[in-house]
Amino acid sequence: MKFGVVVFPGTWSDCDFHYVVSEVLHQPVKYVWHRERDLSGLDCVILPGGFSYGDYLRAGAVAGRSPVVEALGDFVANGGVALGSCNGFQILCESGLLPGALMRNECLQYRCETTHLVTENVETPFTRLLRPGQVLTMPISHGEGKYQADAETLARLKKHHQIVFRYATADGQVTRAANPNGSIENIAGIVNEEGTVLGLMPHPERASETAMGGTDGLLILQSVLGSLVEDGGFLKR
Amino acid sequence: MFKIESHNHPSFIEPFQGAATGVGGILRDIFTMGARPIALLDSLRFGDPSDPKTRHLIQGVVSGISWYGNCFGCPTVGGEIAFAPEYQGNPLVNVMCVGLVRADRIFRARAEGLGNPVFYVGNKTGRDGIHGATMASATFDEHAEERRPTVQVGDPFTEKLLLEACLEAMASGAVIGIQDMGAAGLACCTSEMPARSGTGLDVELDRVPRREGGMTPYELLLSESQERMLLVAERGREDEVRRIFEKWELDAVAIGHVTDDRHLTVRAGGEIVARVPVDALADGPRYEKPTAEPAGLAERRAWNPLARPEPGDCGEALVTLLASPTIASKRWAFRQYDQQVGINTLVLPGSDAAVLRVKGTRRALAVSTDGNGRQVSLDPRRGAAMAVAEAARNVSCAGGRPLGVTDCMNFGSPERPEILWQFAEAIEGIADACRALDIPVVGGNVSFYNETSGQAILPTPVIGVVGVLDDAERLATQWFRAAGHRVALLGPDDVSLGGSEYVWIRERQVAGALAPLDLEVERRVQAAVQAAIGSDLVTAAHDCAEGGIAVALAESCVTGPARVGCDVTLEAAGRADHVLFGEGPSRVLLAVEPTRTRAFEALMAEAAIPWRWIGTTGGDRLVIRGGGRVLVDVDLNRIEHAWRGGFERHVA
Repeated sequence: MKFGVVVFPGTWSDCDFHYVVSEVLHQPVKYVWHRERDLSGLDCVILPGGFSYGDYLRAGAVAGRSPVVEALGDFVANGGVALGSCNGFQILCESGLLPGALMRNECLQYRCETTHLVTENVETPFTRLLRPGQVLTMPISHGEGKYQADAETLARLKKHHQIVFRYATADGQVTRAANPNGSIENIAGIVNEEGTVLGLMPHPERASETAMGGTDGLLILQSVLGSLVEDGGFLKR
Repeated sequence: MFKIESHNHPSFIEPFQGAATGVGGILRDIFTMGARPIALLDSLRFGDPSDPKTRHLIQGVVSGISWYGNCFGCPTVGGEIAFAPEYQGNPLVNVMCVGLVRADRIFRARAEGLGNPVFYVGNKTGRDGIHGATMASATFDEHAEERRPTVQVGDPFTEKLLLEACLEAMASGAVIGIQDMGAAGLACCTSEMPARSGTGLDVELDRVPRREGGMTPYELLLSESQERMLLVAERGREDEVRRIFEKWELDAVAIGHVTDDRHLTVRAGGEIVARVPVDALADGPRYEKPTAEPAGLAERRAWNPLARPEPGDCGEALVTLLASPTIASKRWAFRQYDQQVGINTLVLPGSDAAVLRVKGTRRALAVSTDGNGRQVSLDPRRGAAMAVAEAARNVSCAGGRPLGVTDCMNFGSPERPEILWQFAEAIEGIADACRALDIPVVGGNVSFYNETSGQAILPTPVIGVVGVLDDAERLATQWFRAAGHRVALLGPDDVSLGGSEYVWIRERQVAGALAPLDLEVERRVQAAVQAAIGSDLVTAAHDCAEGGIAVALAESCVTGPARVGCDVTLEAAGRADHVLFGEGPSRVLLAVEPTRTRAFEALMAEAAIPWRWIGTTGGDRLVIRGGGRVLVDVDLNRIEHAWRGGFERHVA
């Protein structure tokens, strides 16, 4: 299974994802420059955190229209999967690959802290190793992570079980106090209708080693790996 | 590789951009040497915490640091925030950066090789920051804020691109030397680089990329626009350099070449607009100015804190101290900083020192900053030595062996003999401590003229220490982990309320004598702490600093993931408040699992230091006994509440 980690000008979690995939997950991985359109040979494309193009205009707005992201639609349609974390989630929303938008945190400040996520959908390639209701511990680090969607979009997300993670307390209660950024209905991560594109604000790569305080984030990457092995290559390829 | 630098004056005039460009400047100092920055620490000082102006400054400075560091992608892992009225008109913003570089791939600011091209790389030049360096070296009056145009404006995104492009260019082998365009902009680096190499430079200002028209040669030379570097490349490899910067969408323009005439020649509009011997520009004059001990210092030192009445309830006094904004939790600030990018941070902000692993090795680095202006004002020599001792002790308490010091010397106007005396004494103190503890000072920064309308700041040397842990898994944090662990106190009983946080909170006075500092004891205590942590014998290690042993114990109880109380007995002689809240060097609390006490005692016997068991962890109260009675008995809820809210209530 081959991972690609996209590098935009201003990306900074690229090295961290690269390290976790190669040194912890022991899988082949390469960097993909933002001008690339050729994603052949890759199974999973990761859009990491950072401030792509300085997040000028809006977070992820410029990167959402970059050559590599334009190629991502076909890549996913042809059986690949894509994971966007932090700025990657913002880019996926800006590009239209995921619905909704990420706005300035309700507190109007940057937030870097540990959050708990309750898992709502385990039928995706990113969550198949998880139990329904399982609580994951992962840090966030963002200034614009307040997920917003209109009522219609929200209803569609629920209908297709696209809400994968919500911010919760350590014992899995979805409360206002557990919501670090004011996201609507505590939404922390969603997938597209097909379940092949995941966007989440928290950082799985920062929770992939015991030394870094936990390995819950690794479960997401391991799920992707398991999906490929069990299904023989995301089936559709 | 590490260094600390000040950005005090710009941060007072325009706190957001002032602090942000302070971060930008020190990051460039690190990556211009070929190192990748892995950690930032911020040492901040502000005036009266209840003054609305202070709130404005803190909010601006913290969001500026957050904006620049987070966008650039370097974690902020430590630092301190302290308050004293002397900083009201002149806050301090000192930023330290630590970077990683292979010892054989360090780049220097050299301009060598006759005919080699000189490249201007990075951001375009505008009119921002002209005379920034002059502003930073003047004293302030009530018109300080009119100087806002001299504050530079930062762009962390461009800085991130500059980092990647510079490191890539250096790795290509085409780069001979490189220097940041910092204070005094092009004028400074075009003279310093050749001066260092015994060469000259010939540069053409018409080629300098700019973002506004009509700039004069004078403005171009002195602009302090941010995120720019001057780079000397190998002749014949110009295209290689250009391609790398093009990839990162940055300007890289050859603006001149290296000469052998030891002159800086500047051309514009077909004429030579300046021609100066480089040594004349780069060499600093040597000043011999009078120094004198400040009047009244001996009387202030002679003040006896124990002549004041003893508090009725030491538990209440402890709660008040924990709520002091200097001691209370700084979570409000730290949660605005990315502390983890790079996935190296093993110990996050909130312990004595932050710890970062070094990937590809078993090792880790421990880093800390420290500096206590009150102590230095009462006794500059001993106070400065104590700052070195404490920063090193913080590193030792994380399990690190201190390797080096960087110092940021913040003082008032050196034209006043008493300020220069403080400065000279503080230098001696730092030198004393560094010799005794065997840690070299590898660099730093001097910031003079920190005064407004004649009111100077407290003399504030801020000391940054970096240490190494040979085994990243053998590290310690300051909080108790579980009940039933024995608590040991290492170090002497000599403490003093002179210059302490306790006296400040109760009496609003900076007076009294400091505790003695025995640097040999300090060295042995730190070695013992390192050995105990390195042998996996301790479950917590915490330095006793501001607020004395009572505050240290309270912090060990409530600052970790679990709240763990303790019951200890202090046998030292003296009045209760002196024993509980007196401050003194060389004192460390350690927690030891019951099964490890034998091995621990054996290790301590070899260490030849004063130490003893003082109690046991457990329960949900902090109980401190002494002289046959209970001195403190406070519920951890109250302790935690006071500590968590004390800073935030002033700034949020």
